[in-house]
Amino acid sequence: MAETATAKPASAVALSDVSIGFRLAGGGSYTAVAGATLHVADGEFVSIVGPTGCGKSTLLNIAAGLMPPSAGRVDIFGAPLGALNRQAGYLFQADALFPWKTALQNVAIGLETAGTPSTDARTQAQTWLTRVGLGSFGDRYPHMLSGGQRKRVGLAQVLIRDPKILLMDEPFGPLDAQTRQIMGNLLLDLWSADRKAVLFVTHDLEEAIALSDRVVIMSAGPAARIIGDWRVPLARPRDIGEIKLDHAFHELHRDIWHMLKSEVIKGYALMEGV
Amino acid sequence: MPRTHLILLQSLVAVIAIAFWYALSTYPVFGHILLPPFFFSTPLDVASQIVDWFSTGVIWKHLWVTLWESILAFLIGSIGGILVGFWFARQPRTAAVFDPYVKMVNALPRVVLAPIFTLWLGLGIWSKVALGVTLVFFIVFFNVYQGVKEVSPTVLANARMLGMSERQLMRHVYWPSALSWMFSSLHTSVGFAVVGAVVGEYLGSAAGLGYLIQQAEGVFDVAGVFAGMFVLAAFVIVIDTIVTLIEKRLLVWRPLASDARP
Repeated sequence: MAETATAKPASAVALSDVSIGFRLAGGGSYTAVAGATLHVADGEFVSIVGPTGCGKSTLLNIAAGLMPPSAGRVDIFGAPLGALNRQAGYLFQADALFPWKTALQNVAIGLETAGTPSTDARTQAQTWLTRVGLGSFGDRYPHMLSGGQRKRVGLAQVLIRDPKILLMDEPFGPLDAQTRQIMGNLLLDLWSADRKAVLFVTHDLEEAIALSDRVVIMSAGPAARIIGDWRVPLARPRDIGEIKLDHAFHELHRDIWHMLKSEVIKGYALMEGV
Repeated sequence: MPRTHLILLQSLVAVIAIAFWYALSTYPVFGHILLPPFFFSTPLDVASQIVDWFSTGVIWKHLWVTLWESILAFLIGSIGGILVGFWFARQPRTAAVFDPYVKMVNALPRVVLAPIFTLWLGLGIWSKVALGVTLVFFIVFFNVYQGVKEVSPTVLANARMLGMSERQLMRHVYWPSALSWMFSSLHTSVGFAVVGAVVGEYLGSAAGLGYLIQQAEGVFDVAGVFAGMFVLAAFVIVIDTIVTLIEKRLLVWRPLASDARP
């Protein structure tokens, strides 16, 4: 991989033959992901889709540097990742806002930690809140916001730091269908402004196709592998609601679903077996 | 329920209870006085005792002493609890080493320490403060420890991804989380500060509400004992109201601060 990396522009995220194992309390070990290789080019929007428990979130944590892989290597823009991935912003599935900070403070904190003066950070935070449609909600605490609004604040919190890579772990999972669609469009809108590399984890194939340039399919765990890699040939800019009516969308969905279905069934069978 | 309505009903409870007390301690039922005034006093005697205390002004000195002891016990106990709680939560090895001793000391009924504190620190306020500190310290300590330990892993991961250094994590994540746990136990810890002060006074002192009650008891002055208890109860309600106000200010970010009480 290193040879090709020098030849062409390095991938934003390059996972090479990554395996992840956990030591079990009983003494054995569990292999969650086995030999996953995945490249995300700069400016590319890649989704990982897989059945529940296949280790796709773990893969994201590896790319974020929150945990090291058991084997394999991780390169970020051609440089091996040792510790935390400083070039990445991470949008979590669960609520990750600081409950004791207002929306504005939550957004501003990402700049303040980097040493930006407080007043400056606040002005920028206000701009970002407005950009995600929450301009007048700056003084609300997270518990006063709806789930969708919290995700918007989270998005602003991550994007204000202008990360080169955006890692998203089923960020819209807990939201209702309408809100998901609105959030998806908002995300595409913000993304198209400066095209960061995005690694987006979801279990929703429709969402993955609608958003991405590439959809990567993982098999059911344990020892989950990457079993499919599909390019999405749909034109941008896209509207998530409308694109789902597109003929090409349907064909792609049918093809990928065909492959995914058997894995989903396998995944459930395994879970019930436990 | 409208507020005036509620207050009306709340007062009604007191009126009925006092009426029963008055009737049963004054009028015989089937030839017996069910609440003999020698043991139960009467509402009038207690009231006149309270009025007497306040009109002559003797009570203020005692109230002041008890309040001062409670405040000192709360402050010292809280600061100690916060420091040790943080230290143990961030140093699991230290925590593991001290764990059995912490449990041991916490299991000890604090009252047995009172005579020792009197011996060490004399009959003045400090022996009472010390007793209060032993009570407050553990409540604050356990809450702060829990608060630091139970920071949501997602929030923590998010903070790291947002580029926080260890010191910033302390300031923006661990500290607010620990404080929120501590504040949610504010009623308990303030209550225990008062308990420590009063019990200490009761067991040996020259001033304070506990002393007042103990003195009255020593001469079988039941009216004095009851009067002391009523003043103490009112004192605690006033302090508790103040704590609630402070809590509301400090925990605005919480969904319903009053629900979070243990």
